[in-house]
Amino acid sequence: MSLSIGEAAPAFALPDTAGTPRSPDGEAATVVVFTCNHCPYALAWQDRIADVARDYADRGVLLLAINANDADRYPRDSLEAMQSRVAGEAWPMPYLHDATQEVARAYGAKTTPDVFVLDAGGRLRYRGAPDADYDDPGQRAAWLRDALDAVLAGEAPARAQTNPVGCSIKWKS
Amino acid sequence: MTPRIELLWWEGCPSTERALAELRAAMADAGVDGDVALREIRTDEQAVAEGFTGSPTILVDGVELMALLGRAPDDDEPAALNCRIYRRRDGRIAPTPDPLDLREALDLTAAARTATP
Repeated sequence: MSLSIGEAAPAFALPDTAGTPRSPDGEAATVVVFTCNHCPYALAWQDRIADVARDYADRGVLLLAINANDADRYPRDSLEAMQSRVAGEAWPMPYLHDATQEVARAYGAKTTPDVFVLDAGGRLRYRGAPDADYDDPGQRAAWLRDALDAVLAGEAPARAQTNPVGCSIKWKS
Repeated sequence: MTPRIELLWWEGCPSTERALAELRAAMADAGVDGDVALREIRTDEQAVAEGFTGSPTILVDGVELMALLGRAPDDDEPAALNCRIYRRRDGRIAPTPDPLDLREALDLTAAARTATP
């Protein structure tokens, strides 16, 4: 089951790569992005998503990236691999480890990436892909930015839902 | 003689359709007759047995595309059900091979066949 637009998103607290628990915390808007280390779609969109985190940080937007993949079967998604990646790249947002996959299941996340935008009340206002084409950096995560601009203006995004595109989340068997 | 071209795919990646279309286009450009044999990889065991490091994996006469071009694959993940990471010639990460790499691999194969007595 996936969250519906307008529905309250499940509360969670997940550790980031330093072990600090992170949660959506009543910001003007929160972006929850399920992502991972080895998916070409997630990697292709990574810079665009990071740019959104930077561009909206001073507008009260918190971006939380979550890796929920089964690291036993996919070692590249281990906590150690996440830590290494954050240390080696310029990450403007915390990278959270959903080791039990409970948060991904609660959100109904399907792919990496899969983007969820919550308003200040924690209700889902956008879900889907960052933009229309992983292969076109010029898109600049336009769907995500449009959704954030609407939420920050107190409006409903004109495009509330799109089809998430990416690698399937690697569920534990 | 027509090279044997196979595309190994896994349903967890949405890249198969695009990879197949670009492979067929490269074959048409290179004047390669015949079609692509599609082979689905369904289990971890099958991935290990096939040396499948991600979807899509393209074999030309049994040789993996990037190996054929003399390039180590970017993805050093063990064989598993996975999406494969390719790089476009401009450096961008992509879920499918660069069409120019497809064409080059087909041309290399054709040249090798011509050179073989």
